[in-house]
Amino acid sequence: MYRTIIGSRVRSQLAYRTSFCLNIATSVAVGVVEFIELFAIMANIKVFGGLDFRQVAFVFALANAGWALAEVIFGQLDIMPTYLRLGRLEVLLVRPMPLMLQLITSDFQLRRLGRLALGMLIIIVVLPGLNLNYTPATVYLLVITPLTGAAIYAAFFVTAGGLQFFLIDGAEFTSAFVYGGSYAGQLPGSVLITPVRLLFTFVFPATVTAYLPALLIMDLPGAEYLPAWLGWCAPVFAAWAWLLAWLAWRTGIRHFTGAGG
Amino acid sequence: MQNLTPDERGVDALSGKRHQRVSLGGDSAKTSTTHIYWLLAATEFRRFSTYRLAILAGVVTQSVFGFIRVSVLFAAISAAGGTLVGYDQRSAATYVWLGQALLAPVALFGWMEVADRVSSGEIAVDFARPVDTQLAWWARDLGRACFQLLSRGLPPLLIGALTIGLALPQSWTAYPLGLLSLVLAVSISFTVRFLVNLIAFWTFDVRGFVGLYIVLAGPLCGLFVPVHLFPEWLQIMAYATPFPSMLQSPIDVLSGYVLDLAALAVVGAQLAWLVALVGLARLVQWRAAHRLVVQGG
Repeated sequence: MYRTIIGSRVRSQLAYRTSFCLNIATSVAVGVVEFIELFAIMANIKVFGGLDFRQVAFVFALANAGWALAEVIFGQLDIMPTYLRLGRLEVLLVRPMPLMLQLITSDFQLRRLGRLALGMLIIIVVLPGLNLNYTPATVYLLVITPLTGAAIYAAFFVTAGGLQFFLIDGAEFTSAFVYGGSYAGQLPGSVLITPVRLLFTFVFPATVTAYLPALLIMDLPGAEYLPAWLGWCAPVFAAWAWLLAWLAWRTGIRHFTGAGG
Repeated sequence: MQNLTPDERGVDALSGKRHQRVSLGGDSAKTSTTHIYWLLAATEFRRFSTYRLAILAGVVTQSVFGFIRVSVLFAAISAAGGTLVGYDQRSAATYVWLGQALLAPVALFGWMEVADRVSSGEIAVDFARPVDTQLAWWARDLGRACFQLLSRGLPPLLIGALTIGLALPQSWTAYPLGLLSLVLAVSISFTVRFLVNLIAFWTFDVRGFVGLYIVLAGPLCGLFVPVHLFPEWLQIMAYATPFPSMLQSPIDVLSGYVLDLAALAVVGAQLAWLVALVGLARLVQWRAAHRLVVQGG
């Protein structure tokens, strides 16, 4: 049944070719613009947070790949405040299907794949220049990092969704860790000032989505509070992020009392 | 009509009912028209003060982003050996926190109120009102900006001052000039957004154009990286658009990054952009009004 639903969503998005292409282009443009900002900084200096331009680009691209994957599936949770305000959530709750599945299939955001493509492209371009030592461990990290990254960013979206039940008008609070996390995650973690570094590693593990595993892949040392070996613990951090997400979502749903919509 | 409280008059002006005092000829009509624009601005100020929790949320989020942005510039400056194109740590922190403070007032986020009124046809009512459509929206936008500067602007600036520390400008002239620069910045931002909204007269869906505005405005106005740090080709591209005049200019003038004659030149450039853009908006609005008549709206 899920296949039917998801299939119908995907087909509906592909139905309007021009609109779909425009959306993909916008999604790519957002990524390109963010990359140019990084480029503007790197045009003035050689080394940023202990990394050269190629290495910075690699971290950026890895984070983007994970973020895009998370956004395709869970980005839809961003409109939770609207659902709650308009009373559309009640309709979903009475249907015989898990709420989360209904929400994420309600608008499968294929256009976000543009961002993923951009991330992949940058990785392919910079990878030869990084002179990596291709051991099984490197290959494992290259494959697993976008996935754990996606899992962590997805957990941010779900945590935010759960908190919306309490925040209502204060929906913007969650942007601090969802979009703040996305911004912090695509930077070398070593540039962050200590409180920000701790917040985005041990509470909202954004630096684990790209920077730390990238250090292991490129065989570089870490920074204060960010030893490179933490990169091996990415799945643990992902589990932590999902624990937070599960708690937020569960309390949110239980708190919800509807408004007779 | 004469006995209304200022509040009721504001509501009356907004609901678009023809105001008796406006329809009077001569001098008194002139003063009450200005008065109406003032009331529109004041009403908008109050409208935005309704959602208190949203304001707090905005302040927290903008502060977190402020700390990340400060991190980025600090790392770049220390990698460059202490100063980077005239920025040291303190002036870079000032640049970041002023940017976070002005973000909401100069409205770099999307805005579609006029476009929505065009697609619903309500714009025809707006054109029929006894106040000028563009000036009325402009007055309202200034009211909004004023409220957002106080509520969403000053708190992050204060947080930045208390945690990281800010640099004060070296001359008192930075304050009056900075204020002027800020009013111009909000006005330029308004006019550009108004123009984007007017596109709704020609195409059915302006969402894509609003999206394009957001994507371009952020980086080109110097939101994440100061325009002065851009490589030369990108600087030329940025200054070919009005975007730096919306954020980089007021930050430069307020922080004293440019002083005296250089500051006057920056404000002059803003004024030139504003005059050009308002002229363009007038022209586009005039064409749009004609289209509206043709369609029988």
